[in-house]
Amino acid sequence: MTRVLVLHLAVLAGLAALGAVLPAYHHGMMARILMLAVYAIGYNIAFGYTGLLSLGHAMFLGAGMMAAGLWVQQGGSAAAALGLGALAGLGAATLTGVLALRTAGVSFMIVTLMFAQAFYLTLLYFGAITGGDEGFPLPAAGRQLMGLDLSQDGPRYAVALAIFAVALLVQLALVRSRFGRTLVAMRENEERSRMLGYNPFTTKLAALAISGLFSGVAGAGYGLLFGYVGASFATIQYSILPMLYVLLGGAGTTLGPLLGAVLMFYLIDTASSLTELSLAVIGAALLFLVLFAPKGILGTLRDRGIRWLP
Amino acid sequence: MAAVTLLEARGLTRSFGGLRAVDHVDFTLNSGEIHALIGPNGAGKTTFVSLLSGRLQPDAGQIRFDGADVTRLPAHARVAQGIAYTFQITSIYAGLTVADNLALAVQRHPTRDLAGETARAAARVGLGDHLGQVAGLLSYGHQRLLEIGMGLALRPRLLILDEPTQGLANKEIEGFTALIRSLLPETTVLLIEHNMDVVMALADRITVLNFGKVLASGAPAEIRANRAVQDAYLGGHHAAD
Repeated sequence: MTRVLVLHLAVLAGLAALGAVLPAYHHGMMARILMLAVYAIGYNIAFGYTGLLSLGHAMFLGAGMMAAGLWVQQGGSAAAALGLGALAGLGAATLTGVLALRTAGVSFMIVTLMFAQAFYLTLLYFGAITGGDEGFPLPAAGRQLMGLDLSQDGPRYAVALAIFAVALLVQLALVRSRFGRTLVAMRENEERSRMLGYNPFTTKLAALAISGLFSGVAGAGYGLLFGYVGASFATIQYSILPMLYVLLGGAGTTLGPLLGAVLMFYLIDTASSLTELSLAVIGAALLFLVLFAPKGILGTLRDRGIRWLP
Repeated sequence: MAAVTLLEARGLTRSFGGLRAVDHVDFTLNSGEIHALIGPNGAGKTTFVSLLSGRLQPDAGQIRFDGADVTRLPAHARVAQGIAYTFQITSIYAGLTVADNLALAVQRHPTRDLAGETARAAARVGLGDHLGQVAGLLSYGHQRLLEIGMGLALRPRLLILDEPTQGLANKEIEGFTALIRSLLPETTVLLIEHNMDVVMALADRITVLNFGKVLASGAPAEIRANRAVQDAYLGGHHAAD
């Protein structure tokens, strides 16, 4: 237990140290990546630990972001916007789960995808409020959190890291709890879990709701940190991204979402500065991953000897 | 003797397509007994206990457990009421450790010492030295014992065992029968079993199923003497007595 905690605190300390030395460009990138990693942590709880392969998480991200954005636009505070984003993500995921969890496997992927698409189209339909495709910028007055100006590099990175730290440690506590063991059990053998007295529907619904809450916080945080919200964050692309992060870093590992988000983000960034065919590079990377390390980087390391990796 | 009924089934019926796997079965289980369910392959034994445990829903009939109607209760809710089922085809969490497998059953009851209780649950089925092992890498016999251990760790009032000794070595079977006896009288046991030595050694009462119907039900001596049972199941040739 202690070495696991030490590892996670060391990762957070490393990220804090990075904040002090990174040049401005990477500073902004890392703040972005940390928010996407929070999103990926949420995805990991549903997909990595509970085995729920959703293609609709962009809805939870978008709901959190839009709730926070509209709140701040109306003159609300950033702190309340974060809470509101969390609630919006939680609510959207719960609603989706109540209906979509009647299905499993491929049907579940399709139903969640359709929910997310319907949500995206709804955002476009109410373009007068949501800004539609263009989105809308957040007023500077609303981007103050506990005296920190989120439009400044330093405070922005600090707040991103703080949100990420909470998400990472909550995830760690969750997956090492009795409830966390129940989630893994649902992924590994649902019928056995049912015959141990666990209700598959409510267990998976709880996992999806928590996953949505993390996604909603990530969406709200992203909007507040970068001063912009828009329907583009509710597109299918943003449902695929956290899956790629989690698969690359290692599904069902606590640090996989961060590692995957960092590597994938920089891979896309580097590839698109070198070639027009950046998506082909990503495709090749994914093929390589699926063929040689289907459990992702940390999942493979765990299999190859670092058994204690959570 | 004043037997208290723990579970009662009336007119239980379940068909698959045109086949009546379980056909109007009436069945009574007394509290604190070991009741064996025997019959040829395809007699409907597994289907019948699946109806009792809630894995399948009956087409007709009623099931009462401890006085309450549980016919429409989903399987997980029946487990919570104290009906535990161990699978005929071993169903464990192959990717998790033995400790995690057992902890998932142990933690169904509130406990402060999960690790300690899990270790005791493992020791009970002779897996005390295997706690850290990945369950899928255990030998087949050990996986069977883990399956039974998970059922026991639920501390059920009724434990349904579907061919528990299948694939166990003789020595393991001895340990198993002693273990099952030690459960009485707190736990009632319903046992599907092909090994007649185990059945005769353990059962207080035996029910014989054939073609989805109850062929006979009674004490082991009565069943052994029953001609219809001999024809259907115990080898076809009639015993000398």
